[in-house]
Amino acid sequence: MSDMGSVAIEKYRNNNYRNNFLHEVEAHVEGGEWVKMCMQCGVCAGSCPLGPHWAHPPQEIFMMIRAGKREEVLTSDSMWMCTSCYNCIVRCPRGLPITHIMHGLAHYAHRLGLAPEKQPTREFAKLFWDNITKNGRANELKMGLSLYFKDGFGSGVKEAMKNKALGQAMMKTKRMNPMEFFGGHGVKDKSGLHAMLAKAREIEDAKFEQGK
Amino acid sequence: MAKKEYSFYPGCSSQKGASASNLQTSVDAMCDALDIQLNEIPDWNCCSASIGYGEGGELPRIALSARNLALSEQHNPGQDLVATCAACWLATREASERLRGSDQLMAETNQALAAAGLNLEPAKPQRVRHMVEVLIEDFGFEALGEKVQKPLEGIKIASYIGCQTNRPFGIDGESFENPVYLDKLVDTLGGDTIPDYETKVQCCGGALMFSEPEKSQELVKGILEAAHDNGADMIVTPCPLCQMNTEVYQDQINAKHGTSFNMPVVYYSQLMSVAYGKSAGEAGLDGQIIKARKLENIAGK
Repeated sequence: MSDMGSVAIEKYRNNNYRNNFLHEVEAHVEGGEWVKMCMQCGVCAGSCPLGPHWAHPPQEIFMMIRAGKREEVLTSDSMWMCTSCYNCIVRCPRGLPITHIMHGLAHYAHRLGLAPEKQPTREFAKLFWDNITKNGRANELKMGLSLYFKDGFGSGVKEAMKNKALGQAMMKTKRMNPMEFFGGHGVKDKSGLHAMLAKAREIEDAKFEQGK
Repeated sequence: MAKKEYSFYPGCSSQKGASASNLQTSVDAMCDALDIQLNEIPDWNCCSASIGYGEGGELPRIALSARNLALSEQHNPGQDLVATCAACWLATREASERLRGSDQLMAETNQALAAAGLNLEPAKPQRVRHMVEVLIEDFGFEALGEKVQKPLEGIKIASYIGCQTNRPFGIDGESFENPVYLDKLVDTLGGDTIPDYETKVQCCGGALMFSEPEKSQELVKGILEAAHDNGADMIVTPCPLCQMNTEVYQDQINAKHGTSFNMPVVYYSQLMSVAYGKSAGEAGLDGQIIKARKLENIAGK
């Protein structure tokens, strides 16, 4: 091509053939390399237990990714409706690991700070991770309490009262222990566990920066 | 038959004072009757379950399971790793398969494990199995039936398998849409089955019971209704989260919908413990919020 031709191409370049968002998802989202395989049959949407509550079922999310709708996808609360039932995975005729892709998209949106604020499953997922990594094992009592009190003391008391009978029944059957409040179960090698998680995060962060 | 030994991953909810402590009680009784020795993985950690993905990236989550795999291989070499919790089993098996399928992931994970003084041998994976697989494959229904002392006569039981014991891996040889092993087990123990139980593999909401209680309780309502409509005396499940979600919110569902559900939900290991002649206490039946009276009666005979 002549130099003049190249100059004109640079002048009007918009890069739309690159489909940037699909490439971004393929590079950064767990299972993202599978998105382009979706054939839009909708079996996933029809198989999802929370189907009625999604703004965009999985096959729609996949098409939106291919259409470059970055903001609509990453700010959507749809992925956060996944209950991890794996129905979509075993039924997908193309073998897409849909559950993992939904988890991957939710995680990516959370990490970029684009996931909807106050999305209840996003909030719970963060509480859960912080809870289990603190001592290496779940502290169910604190998990419940931190969920009730996530929006402050007033609403926390109200939530706790609403679930009072349930808590009492759990304690009576020895399936909840009030002493967990003062420590509870955990691994012995906490420092090793924390060092391991920090290292894993460091490796992942470095790859993330590199792939930008 | 010689004693069978397994490396055991009980998981958070099976600990003392935790939500599925009665599962562990009954698993201990069942294993005693079957002469199974469970060697707990020393210092095991949480698998991060199905909701860890929000904050935890792929590598930190894989590292959590890899730590358990490494500890298991180190302390219980040559044994299969067995879990009783659906989420524990799924996460551990998933991690093991992903690690063995990718040299890069294995290398990165070992870098993280090294920070905890651990290492995973790529070449010698332990099999990661669900307790139900051990019962079906290493014993078989016939052998399980031979141990029955008190048949569960006159109890009609809805087999609720749920999601994560069934998908994406499931029990070898079973279908995703209509797995029948729990029905076979109930039959083996002398109980009455409901082969056409419509919500056998229906989701209970999983971890979203905590974040989206209304949507999840709607799902549980269907599971209870189907059991009720089929004349079930109780529901049996292999999964600790299914058990909790379907049992403990019945009051709240009743209050909201004007229903009157009072359906006991027990573990397969509780049915087996009672049928094998263990006491109600040994079978963990004191852990039921909705008492499984018909099972208690047989245990008390």
